Amino acid sequence: MTETEMERAESAQSAAEAEQAIRRETHDLVVVGGGPAGLAAAQEAYDQGVEDIVILERDFELGGILQQCIHNGFGLHYFDEELTGPEYAQEFIENVAERGVDIRLNTMVEEVTDEKIVYAVSEDDGLTEIDAEAVVLAMGCRERTREALDIPGDRPAGVFTAGTAQRYINMEGKMPGEKAVILGSGDIGLIMARRMYLEGADVEAVLEILPYTGGLTRNVVQCLEDFDIPLRTQQTITEIYGDERVEGVTVQEVDKDFEPIPGTEYDIECDTVLLSVGLIPENELSEGAGVDMHAVTGGPVVDDGRETSVDGIYACGNVLHVHDLVDWVTEESMIAGRSVAKQLQGDIEVREDPIEIESTGAVSYVVPERITKADDDREKLPLYLRVYAPMDEVFVTVECGDEQLAREFERRAEPGEMITVDIDTEALADLPENRLTVDVVPKEEI
Amino acid sequence: MQGNTTIAVIGGGVVGTAITRELSKYTLDIVLLEAAPDVCTGTSKANTALLHAGFNADPEKLKGRLNVRGNELYHERIQHELDVPIEWCGALVVATDESERPKLDALLDKGRENGIADLEIVEGNRLHDLESTLNDDAIAALWAPTAGIVNPFELTAAFANNAVENEASVELNAEVTDVTAVGDTFRVETVRGDIEADIVINAAGLYADEVSAMVGVEDFEITPRRGEYYLYDKKMEVDVEHTIFPVPSEVSKGIVVTPTDEGNVMIGPNAEEVDAPTNKATTRGGLDEVLAGAQKTVPELSKDDVIREFAGLRPAIKETGDFRIQIERDDPGFINVAGIQSPGLASAPAIAEYVVDLVADLRGELAEDPTFDPQYSGPPKVRHMSHAEHAALIEENPEYGQIICRCESVTEGEIRDAINEPVGARTINAIKRRVRPGAGRCQGGFCQPRVVEILAEELGVDETDIKLEDDGSEVLIGETKELLLAESGTEVRVDD
Amino acid sequence: MSSDTVEITCIACPVGCDVSLEVDDGEIQSIEGNTCPRGADYAKEEYRNPTRILPTTARVAGGVLPRVPVKSAEPMPKPELEDAMAEIAAVEVDAPIELGDVIVENVCDTGVDIVATRDLPATEE
Repeated sequence: MTETEMERAESAQSAAEAEQAIRRETHDLVVVGGGPAGLAAAQEAYDQGVEDIVILERDFELGGILQQCIHNGFGLHYFDEELTGPEYAQEFIENVAERGVDIRLNTMVEEVTDEKIVYAVSEDDGLTEIDAEAVVLAMGCRERTREALDIPGDRPAGVFTAGTAQRYINMEGKMPGEKAVILGSGDIGLIMARRMYLEGADVEAVLEILPYTGGLTRNVVQCLEDFDIPLRTQQTITEIYGDERVEGVTVQEVDKDFEPIPGTEYDIECDTVLLSVGLIPENELSEGAGVDMHAVTGGPVVDDGRETSVDGIYACGNVLHVHDLVDWVTEESMIAGRSVAKQLQGDIEVREDPIEIESTGAVSYVVPERITKADDDREKLPLYLRVYAPMDEVFVTVECGDEQLAREFERRAEPGEMITVDIDTEALADLPENRLTVDVVPKEEI
Repeated sequence: MQGNTTIAVIGGGVVGTAITRELSKYTLDIVLLEAAPDVCTGTSKANTALLHAGFNADPEKLKGRLNVRGNELYHERIQHELDVPIEWCGALVVATDESERPKLDALLDKGRENGIADLEIVEGNRLHDLESTLNDDAIAALWAPTAGIVNPFELTAAFANNAVENEASVELNAEVTDVTAVGDTFRVETVRGDIEADIVINAAGLYADEVSAMVGVEDFEITPRRGEYYLYDKKMEVDVEHTIFPVPSEVSKGIVVTPTDEGNVMIGPNAEEVDAPTNKATTRGGLDEVLAGAQKTVPELSKDDVIREFAGLRPAIKETGDFRIQIERDDPGFINVAGIQSPGLASAPAIAEYVVDLVADLRGELAEDPTFDPQYSGPPKVRHMSHAEHAALIEENPEYGQIICRCESVTEGEIRDAINEPVGARTINAIKRRVRPGAGRCQGGFCQPRVVEILAEELGVDETDIKLEDDGSEVLIGETKELLLAESGTEVRVDD
Repeated sequence: MSSDTVEITCIACPVGCDVSLEVDDGEIQSIEGNTCPRGADYAKEEYRNPTRILPTTARVAGGVLPRVPVKSAEPMPKPELEDAMAEIAAVEVDAPIELGDVIVENVCDTGVDIVATRDLPATEE
């Protein structure tokens, strides 16, 4: 052999050896993510008869973001009692453990293919290629950053997303600063204001670019008003300054188009800026698998079983759309788990004529976006939706042609609070057309 | 820190490290002194990362000649010796109006005079096929296939690491406070002690005028010129493949749109003189100027998918607009390497070669070190591996199986490697520059706590001592409960 | 004592009514602004005896994490929250810990215990 031939032979041999380093397995169900969505999907799939389930979790323990959400307010719908995040998580962690679900921690999924091949890596197991019958995507979401908001200025230490600060404080036991300004009045921002305050830090202000808070009234009262932390609406940070550490922020009032109003600038001295400015479903794996994505939710388009456009790949929880209550994540993930089980058991009929669900008027989105299963022991089929802007005294309506399938009254509808409306499954049997429209209309217009 | 050395290089940017590495080929004692906790923290870290072809270089100017030679050296040597990402993506200078054609022709002529290979004017469909993101108005462009892009962080670290492997020293956190001639040597005073050096090479970037003034050479001034940038998500659908320049006008050089070595798109810079060499703040006006400028050639760009904005400072000598690389004092020898603005990155290897000649002028012929090894490899890059390659790597070392940064797929093994390189990373940003955790779309939201933990463990310090960059940039101020105990004056009670 | 107006935001539902209490000598004279009976009940209780669940963390020695999340087992008097934080800050407990373990008994003499809200295993070493 020539030298080149020898090199080629060696590299072919090493490529073959490398192939052998991949562990290969097959499983009925792979759940990507061991947070509340993945746990509930796995639990329900198991209870519906799927036994060969693997949960792949990137963190060192199960529970996902709930483990750092140490505040109370979880579980009122699902458990009928008020729990903290870790308590809520522990219930499901114990449930999957009791069922003997195969749990792999510190394991990162690198790729999911449209053939449902899952590539996962970990220190202990190396690289594993899992050929799955079904995959549930339950990766959750990530936070919008300073960069997404395009806030100019210096780039010192002391700028955190609220969730990162929450992890540092609640799990690592570390303080990110002692004089904070919080941008964004969603629930995480409000919760972190109280958390920083109670740990002895000063919280100078919570700023909100909208004319109203994005958080629950309860949190405004119990996280801000209780401690005299000012909430300033229609204001935003237009500059962050400080050489090595944040020294302060410049704040401006904004007009109705959210443009800063010249002349309204003022500075707040602080050493920390927490950003609670929105969550983005984390769908890099979903996109890699080629599933169709929804422009508004940022998650996959799914049917009533939470199956994506790729057969056998399901999505639930915050990877699908960002939820405000974990209770709905659980409910939705159980729908996915149940649907997976029925599919794997060949016990599901597909409708000949799928029904498309459209949001109109005041509704920003509806999940699911279509009904394709002709699953019948369900009595109700819940639709999850959100409105664009706050409204008082409204009806949520689901219509098909001239027929009204559902109408529910809400005293108040807010973008921050997901609305659920149930459709009677019997009503789906005989529809005038294969399209439902969901709207939210003021009471007086009905 | 104390002792004697033959040569002290002041400044650990791409220029200082390239010089140090080039000098390490010879039997010389060399110490590089860097004020910051890492190399590549000044001009070198925040620029357009271009390896200019040299068609626009003025052969009358030093920077023009060094640009052309530098580009050759990257092609001939650097890309083969150092394990650094370099992409020869080529550059286009795009005309969107017939009135700009004469300028393209002039650039073509100048480029050919400079000996740049394969230059041509492309137009019509061929132009739009070559770069599909271009504005429909683009009518013609100068195409320079020998232009490239490089990862400036990895490049600078590789120069430094390779220099240390070849027995040069790199001293970080060693800000120079004075340089005084004592007999036939210099006493170089730093915040960490003094050293004696036969020759001092000033590559202090934005501070080069200050360092030069320490030895009485005060006939030039560095003006910091700020340039702002936006960096886009890798998954953005506007898929820019080449470096795109507009035709420069009388008033503006124009905004560049370019891919990065990692497949991001980056736009910038504007140019604004600022008062201080520390003023790296981005501004609303500057960023808006950058986006508007970029949209002239690539109209699909918007603020969507921006994952980072930043500003960098170029150290310009306004009077000449040129590099100032010369022997200023010959006994003891003092060499200025100042005013290294664009195309400094493209010129760096040529600057190093040029400076070695100056050192030879001072010392006579230099003796080559037969043990010099020009090859350097950085940590493996899991994100660029096939599944099989990654699997094999994990078998070698399981820490390459623990992914810390989700966005950029960076493993614990790579982070530990970055800390344990010859010039090891000591800060969060230093790790990010070398192996990328935090450089992706979540900007460290998930991985920063883990990076802090690994750094603290490797360095044997508390997590609250870990810095983003310089002193005072600690990320955490302490532990929870401490503020409460301080307020109430109580101590921790341990329950059994 | 003269009469006062106390403003309370009702949190019983998302409407968040601003409820006004006319108070004379500590006695509620009238309640206005609520749009349902829950608002009146909430406002009365919030005026007379405001209570809160306190969720926080406590120091842990030898655990897989250096802190364990805790909460007051029942709603506790709102004015005691900050003193309770200081009392909890001074405590360190040994891992392993189980959900429901009492971390501080009778915090600030309120009769309320502070309990762990998760299992926290000890480190393996």
